[in-house]
Amino acid sequence: MENLITRYRNVTILVAVLFAQVLGLAVQVKRTAENESTRLIRIWAVNTVTPLERGIVWCQASGANLWHSYFYLRGVRQENRDLKAQIEQLRLQQVRLSEDAEQARRIQALLGFKEQFISQTVAAQVIGSSGSEQSRSIYIDKGSRDGIKTDMAVITAEGVVGKVLRVFGSTSQILLIDDQTSGVGAILEKSRLQGVLRGTAAGEVVLEKVMSDEPVQPGEKVLTSGGDQIFPKGLPVGTVTKVSPGPQLFLNIRVKPTADLGRLEEVLVITQQEQREPEVSEAGRVRAADILAQRLPSVPDQPVAPPNQAPSKAPSNAPNQPPPPTNGLKIPVPPSGPAKPNVTAAAPNSQGAGNASQRVVANPKPSSPAATNASTPTGPAGPAAKPDDTHKPAPPAAGAENPTGTNAAGVLATPAQAKPQPATQTAVPPTPTEDKPQ
Amino acid sequence: MPITYTSQEQVEVYRFSVPAAILIPLAALFLQAFVPLRFRFFSIFDLPLLVVIFFAVARRSQVAGLLTGSVIGLLQDSLTHQPIGLYGIAKTVVGYGASSLGVKLDVENAGSRFLVTLVFYVVHEIIYFTVARGLVGLTLLWSWPHELGSALANAFLAVALFAVLDKFKQRT
Repeated sequence: MENLITRYRNVTILVAVLFAQVLGLAVQVKRTAENESTRLIRIWAVNTVTPLERGIVWCQASGANLWHSYFYLRGVRQENRDLKAQIEQLRLQQVRLSEDAEQARRIQALLGFKEQFISQTVAAQVIGSSGSEQSRSIYIDKGSRDGIKTDMAVITAEGVVGKVLRVFGSTSQILLIDDQTSGVGAILEKSRLQGVLRGTAAGEVVLEKVMSDEPVQPGEKVLTSGGDQIFPKGLPVGTVTKVSPGPQLFLNIRVKPTADLGRLEEVLVITQQEQREPEVSEAGRVRAADILAQRLPSVPDQPVAPPNQAPSKAPSNAPNQPPPPTNGLKIPVPPSGPAKPNVTAAAPNSQGAGNASQRVVANPKPSSPAATNASTPTGPAGPAAKPDDTHKPAPPAAGAENPTGTNAAGVLATPAQAKPQPATQTAVPPTPTEDKPQ
Repeated sequence: MPITYTSQEQVEVYRFSVPAAILIPLAALFLQAFVPLRFRFFSIFDLPLLVVIFFAVARRSQVAGLLTGSVIGLLQDSLTHQPIGLYGIAKTVVGYGASSLGVKLDVENAGSRFLVTLVFYVVHEIIYFTVARGLVGLTLLWSWPHELGSALANAFLAVALFAVLDKFKQRT
């Protein structure tokens, strides 16, 4: 036996080494990721390779920075001018978008939606990759010392990149979305179909679990659905490039990632997400109802008319009649019954300034009588406003049956209810200058 | 035919200095991890495999060859997110095979190096895929055109790389 081993010494060593590695593989496959048995060897390898990578990336970045910041400044002045012009355009755009966002937030609040906020991110530089075609992962120069934890989402300005797989002291390993072991909860932007985004062995990205009878067109954008509890909802992931019948009853949807996964240099790690109900200021709540009042199709634009010539819907707001249906939308009203549209009219002037400035932004339809009337009570801040005048018709008698604008159930008066009310305030002329959109 | 059968007495055995034996594999691992970030096509090359073949053939010791392959393979595994041992097993076998071949054949010239690298690259990929599918259960896509193209690219690179690495050889 001893002679046999001596004679076949090399083969014996080979078998022993192979057996040890197979045994190690079996142990790793059996164990879960949390109970990782190979962490030490990974730390050694990563700590051996990444310092050099980090050094080279730093030198590269410093050199590029020196060149672009101090030497290669050709065209910078013109670029500066262009960027300033662009800023001006974006400011105008921002006003419009913030207005829409504010409206959306109020409506979300009405419906009890919870919003996800990316409240904190860490910028990181990509310093290395796995170096294997079968493992699509990268390394970044931020680790546990920078607050990085496993399963944090990694994004760029273009879209989703991947998630944090392993965290070391000053380095982290990121699993890209085109790896076949990754999975992202995704939703199609237009059709709102949900599926799971996966990488394939060939390095492509496909959207799975979409039924074959669903209409999906190439070019449609794919966003994160938030269902995986890793990526916040609504981040861009990619664009559908090809749709074909897949296995079983599902479609084979090929997606091109929006982030260029082959040329990543800097990424953002989302270290903190918050989920909360949208914050709506008191004035905002009031105005959400105003916005609904403007947008409900059942409410036609009506000219300001004396009470005796009020439209036929006006009598429906008689004190003893129940309010019309409100589509189940209830506005949370504090017990004290703070100022709602009517009360705002009687509110002290000190509150008016702040509210009015916001109202002007959120009421972009001056032509609508409903809008002008709804905003009339905020007159104190408007240039044509006459606080004393606006207060005169404000007492409950003038404001119909309920000064708070709510019914007994705490439901804010619907547009149909609120509509005739300005008609009772005919003493107050509409102040169109207030309602001009910016 | 570039590969010639030689008697064991005629074959020269080389050794390497300790810094070279440590730094060359580390440099290969570093380049394999870093260069694909800038040039993605570079991931078709397997520099650690080329280093394993070079050391195994030059040392002409089966034990040294399999241990070199094992260590470099395990280090390469630890940079991926997959279980450690896939590259380790494949490179252990390649290291053993290349050193066995080096004992019997003269693989000092460019033609023989090209062929040896071509063959061992395919052997390496077959072992890797077999272990990954059979033991770990990974779904990998085998494509002969891709594998043969990669083998050819690695073989060409090996000819150039081995010529550079020859400078670190020391005669025993």
